[in-house]
Amino acid sequence: MPAQSAQQPVLEVRGIRKEFPGVVALDGVDFRLFPGEVHALMGENGAGKSTLIKVLTGVHPSDGGEVVLDGRPVRIAGPLQAQLAGISTVYQEVNLCPNLSVAENILIGREPRRFGLVHWSELRRRAAESVADLDLDIDVSAPLDSYSTAVQQLVAIVRAVEVSAKVLILDEPTSSLDREEVRQLFAVMRRLRDQGVAILFVSHFLDQVYEICDRMTVLLGGRLEGEYLTGELRQVDLVARMIGGEPSDPGEPSDSARREPAEGADAPPFLRADGLARSGAIEPYDLTIRSGEVVGLAGLLGSGRTEAARLLFGADHSTRGSVRIEGAEVSLRTPRTAISHGIAFCPEDRKTEGLIGELTVRENIVLALQAARGWTRPLSGTRQDEIALHWIRALGIRPGNPEALVRNLSGGNQQKVLLARWLITDPKLLILDEPTRGIDVGAKAEIQKLVADLAGDGMSVLFISAELEEVLRLCHRVGVLRDRRLVAELPNDGSLTPESIMATIASGAQS
Amino acid sequence: MTSNPMAGAVRRGRQYVPLLVTSVLLVLMFSVGSVQYDGFLSGQVLLNLLIDNAFLLVVAVGMTFVVLTGGIDLSVGAVVALSTMLSAWLVERHGWPPLLVIPLVLVVGTVAGFVMGWVIHSFEIQPFIVTLAGMFLARGLCYTISIDSISITDPTYTAFAQTRIPLPGDLFVSPSVLVAVGVVAVAFVVLHHTRLGRNVYALGGSEQSALLMGLPVARTKIAVYAVSGFCSSLGGVLLTFYMLSGYGLHAVGLELDAIAAVVIGGTLLTGGSGYLLGTVLGVLVLGLIQTLISFQGTLSSWWTRIVIGGLLFVFILLQRLIVGRRKV
Repeated sequence: MPAQSAQQPVLEVRGIRKEFPGVVALDGVDFRLFPGEVHALMGENGAGKSTLIKVLTGVHPSDGGEVVLDGRPVRIAGPLQAQLAGISTVYQEVNLCPNLSVAENILIGREPRRFGLVHWSELRRRAAESVADLDLDIDVSAPLDSYSTAVQQLVAIVRAVEVSAKVLILDEPTSSLDREEVRQLFAVMRRLRDQGVAILFVSHFLDQVYEICDRMTVLLGGRLEGEYLTGELRQVDLVARMIGGEPSDPGEPSDSARREPAEGADAPPFLRADGLARSGAIEPYDLTIRSGEVVGLAGLLGSGRTEAARLLFGADHSTRGSVRIEGAEVSLRTPRTAISHGIAFCPEDRKTEGLIGELTVRENIVLALQAARGWTRPLSGTRQDEIALHWIRALGIRPGNPEALVRNLSGGNQQKVLLARWLITDPKLLILDEPTRGIDVGAKAEIQKLVADLAGDGMSVLFISAELEEVLRLCHRVGVLRDRRLVAELPNDGSLTPESIMATIASGAQS
Repeated sequence: MTSNPMAGAVRRGRQYVPLLVTSVLLVLMFSVGSVQYDGFLSGQVLLNLLIDNAFLLVVAVGMTFVVLTGGIDLSVGAVVALSTMLSAWLVERHGWPPLLVIPLVLVVGTVAGFVMGWVIHSFEIQPFIVTLAGMFLARGLCYTISIDSISITDPTYTAFAQTRIPLPGDLFVSPSVLVAVGVVAVAFVVLHHTRLGRNVYALGGSEQSALLMGLPVARTKIAVYAVSGFCSSLGGVLLTFYMLSGYGLHAVGLELDAIAAVVIGGTLLTGGSGYLLGTVLGVLVLGLIQTLISFQGTLSSWWTRIVIGGLLFVFILLQRLIVGRRKV
C-alpha cells in the first residue's frame, strides 16, 4: 500500500552532508521514508546512494545535517546504535561471519540466554522459525560458508528482519540472486511492508524497482534531484533524471551496439580452446574467439562462466585440453603468460581481485603497464600523469582527479579504472567478467559502447554477463553454460532473444 | 537452496577434522611409548604430563582466545617471566604476604594485556608488533628488578609446591593441575556458551561483518588480550610454584610453545575456527613428545624442538588443505 503523505515519516534526513578527501559525496541531501512503503533510492554511480546508506547505518559519521527517527533527532554513532534504533541493513556484499552457523549469524548479538549462557537449542529453534517464516529451506545448524552467496544473502535478510526493524535498508540485495530468489525476496518485502516496515530498496534493475517500489528518491551528483511516486514517473523520465540529461535519452541504447566483426565471420581465430577443463570447476569445452569478435557467455550464477574464463587467463590451471593462440599451441599456466600473449582479464569482484583501493586512480591505471615493462624501467611521473589523464578523459572517470583514492570512487568508476588499466597494455583479447554488475545505467551504456568500439577496432572480447539483454546487444556469438558445462553456442543473428537463451539454459540442449 | 540433513552433517563434521587428527596422534604417540618403554603405560605418566605443563596449558588457553580472533600475542612468555620475578621479589625481598602478591601479579598481567589490546584496537596496529613491544618491555622489566634469579623460601609457596593431591589408585596431581583444569573449564564455557565467546569467533570470521552486525568489536578485541594477559600472569604464578624462583630467563620462548599448542590443537591462525579442547590436546602432544624423548634417554632434549617443528608443518599444511577445500 502506497504511503500517505499525511503520515509522519518514520525516518527523515535533513540537509545531510558528507565529504571524503577529494570528493563531496553528499551535499545537503533531504530524504523521507514513511512506514509501510517500499522506497527506491535511485542515482548513478557516485550519486551518493551508498554514502547515504552508510550514514544512516552509522558506518560513516555525517559532516552536517540531521537524522530524525520517529520525530526525534537522533545521532547514529555506529551500526549497533542504528540497529537498536530500528534501522537494519543488508549490504550488497554479504556481511556475515562465514565460520559461524546460520543460526548464530541470524541471532548473534541477540542470542537467547539462560543463566547468562547462550541457550543453544532455543537459538536454533528461533533461527529455524525465522527462516521458515520467510519460506526458506536452510539448515540453520550448518556453517554459513557451506552455502552459496545467494543463500548467504537470504540469511542476511533473515537476520535483518529478525531484529524487528522499523526501517529495513536493502542495498543491491538482488544482484546475486536468481529469478526465483528475487521472487521470494519480493514476497518477503511485501509482507514486511504490509506489517508497517519502511523498506529502502537500492537496485540497478529498473524493472525490479518498478515492480516493488511505491516511491523513489533520485540523487544526482551528491544532491537531491527529486522525490517521485513510482506510478507517476515513466522509466524514461527516471533515467533522464538520474543522469541529468534530456528525457528523450533512453539511457540504454535500444538498438544493437554490436557491429559486424572487422574481418568478417571467417576471420582467423585469435584463440581456440579444445576440450579445456578443470575438474570440479568446469567440464571440457570448445571455444573459438576471432579477432574483432565479441563472444558472450550466458548462464545462471554458478554455471561455470567465471571458471571457464579463468582458465583462459591462466588464473586457474586446466586439468585437460589445450589452447591455441593465433594457431600456435600455448600453455597458459599463469596470468603472466596469458598477459604476454595479449590477454587481459577484468574479474567480477573488482574490489578483492582487481583494484587496490588504497592506491590512487593514477597508480591503479599504470599498474599493469608498469608490470609489463618490468620494474627496472619505471615510468616517469609526468608520463604517468599523461596516461592517467588520457584514460580518465577517454572513459569519463569521475572524479577526474588522478590522485583520488580508488576506494572513494563509486562502483562504475572503479570498473572504468580497471578497464583503463588493461586497455593501456593494448590487449588482443579482453575478458570481461560482469563488467556492468552493480553499476548504473549511464555508466553501463558507456561501458557497452566502449566494448563495441574496441571490437570494431579488431580486439577480441569475451563478455560474461548475467543480463541477457546486454549479452544480446553486444555479442556476435553467445555460449550458454549450465551446471558447469558449455551446453550451446548460438550465433546472434537477430533471431536470438532473451527468452530463447533462457529456454536453452533451462533445457540444457546440446547444439 | 534446499538442504538435506546428510550434507549438513558432513559440512558440520569437517570442522572437527583437525581435532580428530590431534586426538589420533595423541593416542598413537601414547601407544608407541607404551610398547617401546617399560613403565610408560601408567596413569601417573599421563598425570605428570599435566603437572609439568599446567602453566603452559593456562597460557595456551589465553592464546586460544587471541588466535581465535585472528590475532597473536607474543608477550605471554615475557609476562610469565615478569610474574615469577614480581612474585619472588615482593615475597622474598619485601616480605609481602603471598595472598596479596598473587592477586597483584594477576592484576598486573591483565592490565598489561588490556593496554596492548587497547593499543591494537585504537591505533589499528598489527597485534604482532604491539605484543612484540610488550614482550621486550616485560622481559626488560624483569632485569630492572634483578639480574639474577631470586629463589623463594616462603612457606606458603613451598607448601603449595610440595602438596600432592592424592587420587584413587596411588596416583596424584599437584594443585596447579586443579587450577589449570579450572581455567580450561571456565574458558570452555566462556568460549562456547557466552556472548563474549561467540563474539570472539565472529571477530575471527570477519571483523568487518562483526562490526556491521553491531557486535561490540572493540570490547571483544581488548578483552581477548586482557584474557591472555590474565592467563599469562596466572601461568607465571603456577610456574613460580613449580620453579620456586623468579628469574628473567624463565619461560623463554614460551609464547612459541603456546602458539604451537594452539595450532596443533586445530585452531586456524587466521581466526574464527578452533576449539578449546583442541588446545588441551595440543599441550598434551607437546608434553608427550618431551616425555617420549626423556624415556628414550639418549636423544638430546633439542629433539623435542625438532619434532614440534615437524608437527607444526604438518598441521599447518593440514589446515591449508581443509580451508582450501572449503573454498571450492
